[in-house]
Amino acid sequence: MTATTVTPIGLTPDLDLRGVRRLKTAVTDTFAVMARNLIAYRRVPQLLVFSTIQPVVFVLLFRYVFGGAISTPGVPYVDYLMPGIFAQTVAFGALNTSIGLSTDMQAGLIERFRSLPMARSAVLAGRTLADLVRNVFVVGLMFAVGFAVGWRVHTNVFALAGAVLLVLLFGYALSWVFATVGLIVADPEAAQAAAFPVMAPLVFASSAFVPVSSMPDWLQPFATYQPLSVVVDAVRDLTIGGPTAFDVTLAILWCVGILAVAAPIAVHRYRLAT
Amino acid sequence: MSDSAIAVDGVQKRFGDVVALDGISFEVPPATVFGLLGPNGAGKTTAVRVLTTLLPPDGGRASVLGLDVARDPEKVRARIGLAGQYAAVDGNLTGRENLRMIGRLTHLPRRMVEDRASELLEGFDLADAADRPARTYSGGMRRRLDLCAALVHRPPVLFLDEPTTGLDLYSRKQLWAVIEDLVTEGTTLLLTTQYLEEADRLADDIVVIDHGDVIAQGGPAHLKSRIGGTVIDVGFTDPGEARRAHSFVTKFACRPPEVNGSEVRFEVADGARVLVDALRTLDGEGLAPQTIAVREPSLDDVFLALTGRRVEPEEEPEEATRGAA
Repeated sequence: MTATTVTPIGLTPDLDLRGVRRLKTAVTDTFAVMARNLIAYRRVPQLLVFSTIQPVVFVLLFRYVFGGAISTPGVPYVDYLMPGIFAQTVAFGALNTSIGLSTDMQAGLIERFRSLPMARSAVLAGRTLADLVRNVFVVGLMFAVGFAVGWRVHTNVFALAGAVLLVLLFGYALSWVFATVGLIVADPEAAQAAAFPVMAPLVFASSAFVPVSSMPDWLQPFATYQPLSVVVDAVRDLTIGGPTAFDVTLAILWCVGILAVAAPIAVHRYRLAT
Repeated sequence: MSDSAIAVDGVQKRFGDVVALDGISFEVPPATVFGLLGPNGAGKTTAVRVLTTLLPPDGGRASVLGLDVARDPEKVRARIGLAGQYAAVDGNLTGRENLRMIGRLTHLPRRMVEDRASELLEGFDLADAADRPARTYSGGMRRRLDLCAALVHRPPVLFLDEPTTGLDLYSRKQLWAVIEDLVTEGTTLLLTTQYLEEADRLADDIVVIDHGDVIAQGGPAHLKSRIGGTVIDVGFTDPGEARRAHSFVTKFACRPPEVNGSEVRFEVADGARVLVDALRTLDGEGLAPQTIAVREPSLDDVFLALTGRRVEPEEEPEEATRGAA
């Protein structure tokens, strides 16, 4: 173990921090981090496989066990259900962002990244983008499962594409929320535990599985306008048919709003991370 | 600021009520090894974290190669390498992929990244394991990979936070050889350690810190002369003999000897030779030792000599240990 090397000392150029160059650095750094996170998904496929089991079980459970007892007038329950499944899949998927970052915190990797001459945004952007790529696979899989259990799209391919993009945007926005959680708790198990009280009302006090009108009056305003419900309703409009403008606009506003608040907080936490 | 590779001037850092650094100052000339010696919780890790731009100082100034760590952090980061107390490598990536990632994030040309990764894996005995996920590595291998990661971009200033803690003696000696090579090539190195022997062996200059304060500073020889060199314990059959022996060994010791029951402890600057003289004297006075123990001074002895108290077993401030868990 001798460092026999003739490489001169000091190979790293100073970051050129002017305008476009800075952006270019941020992009290449982000891709380097994203590539690293995607290798983990490839090398440990269990990470992907286990996170698809839960939504598949939900599809089977609600399609064949509870679905018969849930009344959705004018719409086959499976068509009502699947938009809810897509949204809850990416919502639970956002947990991966906090688990990934808290694991990196614990391993000291975040500290190493923070000591490197790299763009400050790249670790979080690379992480959330890798989780976005992961969501593309998982949502694709859930589409296949949906078709297998009788889900049908009643609109057109553009509306469907819009629905997919909306679901992915929602997942991406939530990734930034859970990025902050991961940086704060710095322990993968604690990150999971911390997420549950947020996740449960978001996923279940929503229009994802049952019509909000079946809930008590005091819960209905929350259940109608909370982000997951709004996204689910918009995806239903886009796949079942009906007026789309209001729900889709509101859903996009929610996603953009969440991103606008969560991303700066996450980046701030990253700068302070210890 | 100055020609120093690292200059620290009155740096303070507190975490809530805990004062981690209470205005420490020191300078490190280029291409030398600087040892930051102290027990757990002394503030060593906090000092490293301030110098590597991970923590902003609350007061004072610190610079690396003339660049202020608080005002020019991005330029500082381009010039430093850091290997922390734990092996900060990604277990899912292979050794080579880990180094490739660091190479890309330090903006080396793609071609150079590959060459540099191979060169380091070769040089650190990791070539055979280069394409295995790092989670299959042993502790020593992870540690070496971690050091490779800190060296990918050939930083002119390298920070090693307790690099050999938890390593076996063989790996420790290997690492020392690497460090000596790096310094020969012109790298400036700051290392923290709890082992006096390590600081003695590697460092050109040593600062001893305790509770965030510098309590001693100087070259290893200078410190040793203050501490005494070798610690000698001579045991007798009864306390009376020990008290008599005390008066005879005083002239050999560099600090007043201590009598503890039937044992005399004294510290000498020039181990073996003085021991022979001391024993000859005792023999001449008719004092026959029952036991003799000779050992090199430990950090505990340094502390006793410098502060008059022993190292307290205590927790590091929370901020300093995160990640070490």
